[in-house]
Amino acid sequence: MARMKFLCDADRCIECNACVTACKNEHEVPWGINRRRVVTINDGKPGERSVSMACMHCTDAPCSAVCPVNCIYTTADGVVLHSKDLCIGCGYCFYACPFGAPQYPKVGNFGSRGKMDKCTFCAGGPEADGSKEEYEKYGANRLAEGKLPLCAEMCSTKSLLAGDGEIIAQIYKERVMKRGYGSGAWGWKTAYRETIES
Amino acid sequence: MASFARFIRHTVGALAFLLVIFMVGPCSAQQINPTASSVREQQLLQEFDRIQGRVSIPDQRSSVLVQPAGREWREFRNVTLRGIGGIAILGMLAVLIIFYLSRGMVRLESGRSGRTIVRFNSFERFVHWMTATCFVVLAISGLNITFGRSLLLPLIGHETFSEWSQWAKYAHNYLSFPFTIGVVLIFLMWIAGNIPNKVDVNWFKRGGGIVGHDHPPAYRFNAGQKAIYWIVVIGGGLVAATGYELMFPFYLSGIEGMQLAQIVHATVAMLFMAAMLAHIYIGTIGMEGAFEAMGSGTVDVNWAREHHSLWLEEQNARTGANDARPQPAATAAE
Repeated sequence: MARMKFLCDADRCIECNACVTACKNEHEVPWGINRRRVVTINDGKPGERSVSMACMHCTDAPCSAVCPVNCIYTTADGVVLHSKDLCIGCGYCFYACPFGAPQYPKVGNFGSRGKMDKCTFCAGGPEADGSKEEYEKYGANRLAEGKLPLCAEMCSTKSLLAGDGEIIAQIYKERVMKRGYGSGAWGWKTAYRETIES
Repeated sequence: MASFARFIRHTVGALAFLLVIFMVGPCSAQQINPTASSVREQQLLQEFDRIQGRVSIPDQRSSVLVQPAGREWREFRNVTLRGIGGIAILGMLAVLIIFYLSRGMVRLESGRSGRTIVRFNSFERFVHWMTATCFVVLAISGLNITFGRSLLLPLIGHETFSEWSQWAKYAHNYLSFPFTIGVVLIFLMWIAGNIPNKVDVNWFKRGGGIVGHDHPPAYRFNAGQKAIYWIVVIGGGLVAATGYELMFPFYLSGIEGMQLAQIVHATVAMLFMAAMLAHIYIGTIGMEGAFEAMGSGTVDVNWAREHHSLWLEEQNARTGANDARPQPAATAAE
């Protein structure tokens, strides 16, 4: 089984936000929620880099470890998913997440965070693959259809890579070898406790 | 001569130009490395312990890219807090059980006089029980967040546990308001009797009458009750303030502030619960005649004399009642 990961090649990202748009459209993500975003560091200065970030589907995911109702689980593909039926909207995953992935729809005034929402690696949720319920709660399940996440598929510069961790790491290594530089796999050390030597 | 000088000048100039070309040449021939000045994750994390940039979406809070501090918070929530809570609450329960078995209920040594004196009026009792009821619900729903997953979830299953936790969360959020009002009212209505003074030092020196069979004098609130008062006021204030910070995310601080708020909230709450166990013990099975102070609002005059002698004198001086005279036990049977 593949171990799914995201990798953003910051030396290629042009901050076009196509990944953000693709994600919002594919999953009909509600207003105010962004499962993916592009962060530009040192904006306008020498050495500026943009990184597209969403849930990294961490190894030993901290969100899952702190969830009081144990609604977050890791699939056989290494994708971190959650059940909106079990989620109580307490916000703990959000305190623990290093990448700011969990989002809450504001459904009322104080204390009424809705159910947590986050990137599913286009793998839906615990409901039956491709079912209407699954789509309404979590969005499309592309993985079940044999497709990879749309954000990476749509990436105009192929900066964002999604897929089996070993394969995308190999692609990145080859790129770095060929062009002679690379600013590293952002977030890998925090998410997977490993990094790609470049 | 002039032409020779010009020749020399031109030669030197040409040589200097060649020298410059020669020095620059190898550099421009080399491939440009665009990452030479680029930002690096490791370096940024070491410098700032989190990486922040700019986003073009409206949610500016999403501009924090990586924030590994959640790992320490996870350790606190899953390991440290369970340790603190377990030791504080189970430890206090054990101490109380051992104490009860060895000392038993603190009896009224002079028996009941049959005459009573008002200790807490109806408003004071209302505030006490409102706060107490909220506290119990808040404590149980709070403990559920910390221990429920490992203790209760395996027993009742995912669906039931989530349903219960959802309601517990609502109760926790909404009952925080009457609880906070209760803490504020407790602070205001009992502050006069709870300023520490010399009598308290003596009370503590004599073991408060709990350890031995002594009855050190006390005004309306003895030193132990004053301690409970300040635990409620300070502890209640802290859990309320940090709780509201968590209830209104991003109004006061970012994620790191909320992690800290949760640490303070949970730690204070665990110690608060342990202290309240002792308070409940002494107010019920720990001491004869104590519960009625908050139950009916009146206490037996002999109880007042044994435990709050200075307060009884004050009350009698004010009302001019003849209760000041020592009262023999009313019932000879005792």
